Amino acid sequence: MADAKVIPFGEEPRSRRKTKRPGRGGRRTPLAPVPEPRRQDGRDQAAGGPQGAPGESLEQRIAGGLRFLRRRLTGEYEVDDFGYDEELTDQVLMSVLRPLYEKYFRVEVKGIENIPADGGALIVANHSGTLPLDGLMLQVAVHDHHPAGRHLRLLAADLVFVLPVINELARKAGHTLACAEDAQRLLERGEVVGVMPEGFKGIGKPFADRYKLQRFGRGGFVSTALRAGVPIVPCSIVGAEEIYPKIGDAKTLARVLGFPYFPLTPTFPWLGPLGLVPLPTKWTIQFGEPIPTDGYPAEAADDPMLMFNLTDQVRETIQHTLYKLLVQRRSVFF
Amino acid sequence: MGKVVLVTGVARQLGGRFVRRIQRDPDVGRVIGVDAVEPEHSLGGAEFLKADIRHPAIARVLAGTNVDTVVHMDINGTPLGGRGSRATVKETNVIGTMQLLGACQKAPNVKRLVVKSSTSVYGSAPRDPAVFTETTPPKSLPSGGFAKDAVEVEGYVRGFARRRPDVAVCVLRFANILGACADSPLAEYFSLPVLPTVLGYDPRLQFVHEDDAIEALCLASGKPRRGTLNSGTFNIAGDGALLLSQCSRRLGRPTLPLFLPTVTWAGTALRSVGVTDFSPEQIRMLTHGRVVQTTQMRETLGFHPKYTTAESFAEFARSRGPGLLPPEVLARTVDRLAAVLPARSGPTQ
Repeated sequence: MADAKVIPFGEEPRSRRKTKRPGRGGRRTPLAPVPEPRRQDGRDQAAGGPQGAPGESLEQRIAGGLRFLRRRLTGEYEVDDFGYDEELTDQVLMSVLRPLYEKYFRVEVKGIENIPADGGALIVANHSGTLPLDGLMLQVAVHDHHPAGRHLRLLAADLVFVLPVINELARKAGHTLACAEDAQRLLERGEVVGVMPEGFKGIGKPFADRYKLQRFGRGGFVSTALRAGVPIVPCSIVGAEEIYPKIGDAKTLARVLGFPYFPLTPTFPWLGPLGLVPLPTKWTIQFGEPIPTDGYPAEAADDPMLMFNLTDQVRETIQHTLYKLLVQRRSVFF
Repeated sequence: MGKVVLVTGVARQLGGRFVRRIQRDPDVGRVIGVDAVEPEHSLGGAEFLKADIRHPAIARVLAGTNVDTVVHMDINGTPLGGRGSRATVKETNVIGTMQLLGACQKAPNVKRLVVKSSTSVYGSAPRDPAVFTETTPPKSLPSGGFAKDAVEVEGYVRGFARRRPDVAVCVLRFANILGACADSPLAEYFSLPVLPTVLGYDPRLQFVHEDDAIEALCLASGKPRRGTLNSGTFNIAGDGALLLSQCSRRLGRPTLPLFLPTVTWAGTALRSVGVTDFSPEQIRMLTHGRVVQTTQMRETLGFHPKYTTAESFAEFARSRGPGLLPPEVLARTVDRLAAVLPARSGPTQ
């Protein structure tokens, strides 16, 4: 499969890529041991879970698993106002997604340190891939790699909360409806909130338009971040565009089912459930420099010009980073 | 000469408890309880007047007794004691409120009006924000049942507040009230041996303990404390939220997940034969859940509930007795399993 049409950037020539690789590898090593002590903390807080550190004996793991089972069966666990079940997310949902993240998509994370260690932050990412796997992978990336063990709270489309089972899992994983009220509440509580402002326009765009950022909604995310005074962290995800190459759209069927689009890919729906298997592309998630918003006066959130400018700034940053990452990418699958 | 408080809906448990509680208030001189039926419980030293608030007679009661505080608690989802139909309940809620407010408007002595409303005015929809504030406009207004009554009642109360700006009006939107003697449809639901739930949905629920509900009503019917304001609309709920699955596990009652169309259909069928009064809006609440913000309650009203949502529920669970799968038994089973396993798997940390 051919790469998307990319515009190479002068500041990052191909020749620099090779010199950069070892550097990146070097940067990854100090990051690698970080999640481990954090996991230990997590276990202390939760007083044992099914998934222990590697050094743990089988017996301790069984004991931890039984303690977990006991809490779940008796209902003695906490959820927050949004229905976020931290224990279930950490112990079960993340463990389910992790193989997909580590083994299947082999996600490479860059610039995780751009997410502040405490306080609120709004991560703004591109959206692609027909099914919102990119959001889930972003959540695993922040969960597993951030040195301060932050949890990403994603804002999801209303369709997610209409569908049975999906809405239940989404709420338990800490997602909530993409609306200004919920976003503001989470940001004011000091959470890291993830948003994909392209919405359905981004995730459901045809394969030919891959890596072309769509319009960023009405820029509501900027005013929410401004009101809460939290930094905006632009995030570029490469690799998600090719998991389900959407070459067609069964519009009538979509309308009947109430979905925004009904994708036709080379494998779906021709191969049935087999067509639901995503292509094993190699992903890169790059977090960019945070854009501070606390320097603006209180009334700035109602200034449409400033909103458009900031929205454009975030959008350009993500688009440029996407192009840069695409230039660096050797192939779609490796 | 203390205040004269008129309380409607005293034949209900909550009304009766409130009447007994408000008499202990040092500022209160006289308490008049009003209801269409004689209460079965004692009202302490309060006077009881048998009057139907749906009839204009209520105006004479107000005029003849120099009432200065009206606490309107006769807004309910279910008929009292299984008698009467939904139509009667609706009439009491809506027409009763209209008559009562009309009477208040003509009574120059009335200085304070407290209305017991419900958070069901927000409805429940997947497209609503996760947490409702007092100002959140609902995306889909409740289509019928108690929630619609509450919306209409609040509309009349707003109209009254406009016409009588000298009266301090306080609307308290209570989350689901639970307690030892609560007789709400939700309490009835949680008393079923097996809880039917909607497949694929796990709603977030919020509760407020009876004691807290009484205290909030007392606070709203008295003079505002220093630095607080007790007129306006406030959400009253315990802190935190519980998922329905969590509730069922804590109660020890297994759930029976059913498809949403089945639940709606079964609900309609059961309602039409009169077995239960489980309204569609209640099913919606048990599908999508509802959580409200209580910042206003704490900061403006100055009310701090004694029980969180989880504690209110625990109290309720204790009063209901064990279900089919008591959590203690499950916990013991797991502990026994842990003991059987070869490892020293007691709490190692």
